Amino acid sequence: MTLIDLANPTRFLSLTAKILPWLAAATAILLAIGLYQSAMAPDDYQQGATVKIMFIHVPNAWLSMFVWGVMSLSALGTLVWRHPLADVSAKAAAPIGAAFTFLALVTGSLWGRPMWGTYWEWDARLTSVLILFLMYLGLIALWRAVEDPSRAARAAAVLTLVGAINIPIIKFSVDWWNTLHQPASVLRMGGSTLDKAFLIPLLVMAVAFSLLFITLHLAAMRNEILRRRVRALQMQQASQPRA
Amino acid sequence: MTALLALLRRDIQVALRVGGGALIGVLFFLIVVVLMPFAVGPDLALLKKLGPAILWLGALLASLLTLDRLFAADHDDGSLDLLTMSRTPLELICLTKAIAHWLVAGLPLIVATPILGLLLNLDGDATVAVALTLLAGTPALTFTGMIGAALAVALRRGGLLLAVLVLPLSIPVLIFGVAASNAAVLEPAGFGAPLSILCALSLAGLVIGPLAAAASLRHGLD
Repeated sequence: MTLIDLANPTRFLSLTAKILPWLAAATAILLAIGLYQSAMAPDDYQQGATVKIMFIHVPNAWLSMFVWGVMSLSALGTLVWRHPLADVSAKAAAPIGAAFTFLALVTGSLWGRPMWGTYWEWDARLTSVLILFLMYLGLIALWRAVEDPSRAARAAAVLTLVGAINIPIIKFSVDWWNTLHQPASVLRMGGSTLDKAFLIPLLVMAVAFSLLFITLHLAAMRNEILRRRVRALQMQQASQPRA
Repeated sequence: MTALLALLRRDIQVALRVGGGALIGVLFFLIVVVLMPFAVGPDLALLKKLGPAILWLGALLASLLTLDRLFAADHDDGSLDLLTMSRTPLELICLTKAIAHWLVAGLPLIVATPILGLLLNLDGDATVAVALTLLAGTPALTFTGMIGAALAVALRRGGLLLAVLVLPLSIPVLIFGVAASNAAVLEPAGFGAPLSILCALSLAGLVIGPLAAAASLRHGLD
């Protein structure tokens, strides 16, 4: 089974129809476990119960960057390999990524209010994530501005790859600039600085959110394929002379 | 090379002649800067503090508004198709067009900066600093904006879509441009680092902009 085999939308549809229920079930179970563990996690000695926002905030923030990565790969698929499903994947991922980014910003701001004393700070990490959110919205606007999907796909692919420059800036902004947002504490050289009591629920939530993204992404891709089929049928019907 | 030089000359000439509209950008810049004191009040101390930010914002908007001329006119009269089909690499053609555009639309903004600095009560050092940062930073604006202009012409959509696509990309330039200008006023030692980053952004734009613009032109004009 390779990517080429999936180039046939019908095959993709039948395969995902089989996988999706399992994926959705796995997502629901892991989310339930992760939420239970997060609720049971001890309070932080400084932050108290607000530390639990982390279990939602961090997976959302990770996913906001991961989704742009998926879109960049899809963009390469569109421009280089002309994979027929690559632009479907890119188009389906954009709103999901925008939602994750929005949630990361909102949860971060709610967490920042009790901890930093402000909802918003013009700090490097926060600003670069806000730019990411604006770029998601611009990309969605681009998809919606052009009727022909294949034409929009190539333009969006170029823009996605240009925007991918922002991803390393977001990732390393906390290391490059001395900012309010704390530096990386989970994936770092020399091991995680997080205690196991927080790390395990966080990782479970991260996996659960990734599965959630994959489920939503595949479902959105199916919808997009079906939407294009409906459009093609409508155009075919409109071009036929009335009998 | 001769083809590129000819293209450079042609673009500059077309922009300067009647119907080219190159200097409208400067006029817009002037009007935006003149609007600011009406908005924030004619408080000279405040204007002095906000001056670099106002000048940068005005330059950003002015260069954004002139962007759609970069490819649109050539696309309308068909010469863009000839350029895409020529033997010269499209990336170099895009680069040449961007340089020509910067010479007629970006450079006049920098020339106008000292006069506008007077209106905003900036002293000599600050004005020179702002002009220097604009000199280092506006090429980056032109190069990133060129990507948006190429997308807009390939999609036959201009105006607001172009602004929405280009403005997020230009935020880093704005941040470091204003940081360098403010550093020149407050603490001269901190001027070098943001200025170097601005130059780096322009050089990175010089590489990425023409490549991305050529790619979107090639894929868009079929």
